[in-house]
Amino acid sequence: MNEVLAFYPMLIDGTIVTIQLTVLGAIVALVISFIVGLSRISPYKSIRVAAIIYLEFFRGSSALVQMFFIYFVLPMWGIYFDAITAGVIACGCNVGAYGSEAVRGAVLAVDKDQHEASKALNYSNYEKYRYVIIPQAIPIMIPTFGNLLIELMKLTAVCSLITITDLTFVAQIIRVQTALTLEPFLVILVVYFIIASVLVKIVDLIAKKFSKGRNVMTAGDK
Amino acid sequence: MNNIIQFENVSKSFGDLKVLNKLNLEVKDGEKLALIGPSGSGKTTILRILMTLETIDDGFVSVNGEYLWHEKNNGKIIPASENHLHKMRNHIGMVFQQFNLFPHLTAIENVEQPQILIKKRTKPEAKEKAEELFNLVGLNDKKDHYPHELSGGQQQRVAIARALAMEPKIMLFDEVTSALDPELVDEVLTVLRKLASDTDTTMLTVTHEMNFAREFADRVLFFDGGQIVESGKPENIFSNPAEKRTKEFLKKFINNVN
Repeated sequence: MNEVLAFYPMLIDGTIVTIQLTVLGAIVALVISFIVGLSRISPYKSIRVAAIIYLEFFRGSSALVQMFFIYFVLPMWGIYFDAITAGVIACGCNVGAYGSEAVRGAVLAVDKDQHEASKALNYSNYEKYRYVIIPQAIPIMIPTFGNLLIELMKLTAVCSLITITDLTFVAQIIRVQTALTLEPFLVILVVYFIIASVLVKIVDLIAKKFSKGRNVMTAGDK
Repeated sequence: MNNIIQFENVSKSFGDLKVLNKLNLEVKDGEKLALIGPSGSGKTTILRILMTLETIDDGFVSVNGEYLWHEKNNGKIIPASENHLHKMRNHIGMVFQQFNLFPHLTAIENVEQPQILIKKRTKPEAKEKAEELFNLVGLNDKKDHYPHELSGGQQQRVAIARALAMEPKIMLFDEVTSALDPELVDEVLTVLRKLASDTDTTMLTVTHEMNFAREFADRVLFFDGGQIVESGKPENIFSNPAEKRTKEFLKKFINNVN
């Protein structure tokens, strides 16, 4: 075990890369979740159809293959991405597809009364969603986003297959150099678990912040 | 005085159920109207049509001298566009049975936000107006509470303040006390009585509070089966109804009437 821990600078670097992939992937996923999720409830059929195609494509095919496609196939057509970008796009687009379902579900969960109240105050469609519906939908989607964030963090391990030196890649290096198999993987298993635990805590804090002073699900009832 | 609201042969069905059947109705500017009648008689539908929450199947509705659900385009009358409806909604405000406050905003933010967005008031202007209205509805000490921290009666008073802040020509009150516990009904009705006597806003209220209807209204309409069965001054309708159906309906409320 000490042999493995002697590689700590590398392990730390790998952890940082994994966190980077997670944070960047989460940003991409978040943006896509909202764009695709809100497109699903667009009044325009073409936009709704495009969103469904996106969702079904990314949900219905392997994230690993998508990443290989972006990193190995697109260059054949003259489109180049560095490994980190390819990994972030693949992970973000994938998790974004699931996230869009959370956005759509949460927006649809906001009571019909809120739509009517907005109309009675003469809010435009944009103003209604921006100031009334989405602020109430966000606390509803946060728990699902939390789960997806953990999924995303674990998914970043596939990036080790396109030369990114994340935690998993580092474990492979250590394995080759020390001829140990159990120890390096045990160490990164624990590190992944710690990162996930921290993410859960962060999401809890965010959830608290968004629900402060509010009782969104039950308000409107007597 | 001119008619600020006019329904001409308006029909509306929900599936097979005809809620309004060639309804004709005129409301004068500044008039306070109480709509009474059994459930499902179409009273609430009238308010919802005026607030553009329900479309009409047939006929014409005019508000402030303009068609609500139609507009003129090169001399032809066509169904109203969203732009037209947006313009027309500025004349009208509505208070709902279930209050429908925005739960993620405090009471005062509920009243400020629509002013800032729709009336293009600055934040200080909106705040000043909101505070004035909280005074009117007697909620000065509750303005920083979230809706779920308020009682039903308080929430409904915030909702009234929110609608008033938009300064509509016409206010619609849809069974605003029906969702309240009995002991909270009076605090809301008191506000409405004050509004009725102090302002020249046209008000239409759907209510099951007969005592209130009698004091509040210049004119009472009794609805049944999508039609106005009887219309007249409250003292006539309540003390001496002409129609058999009105008599039967009021009999059920006899304890409230006397």
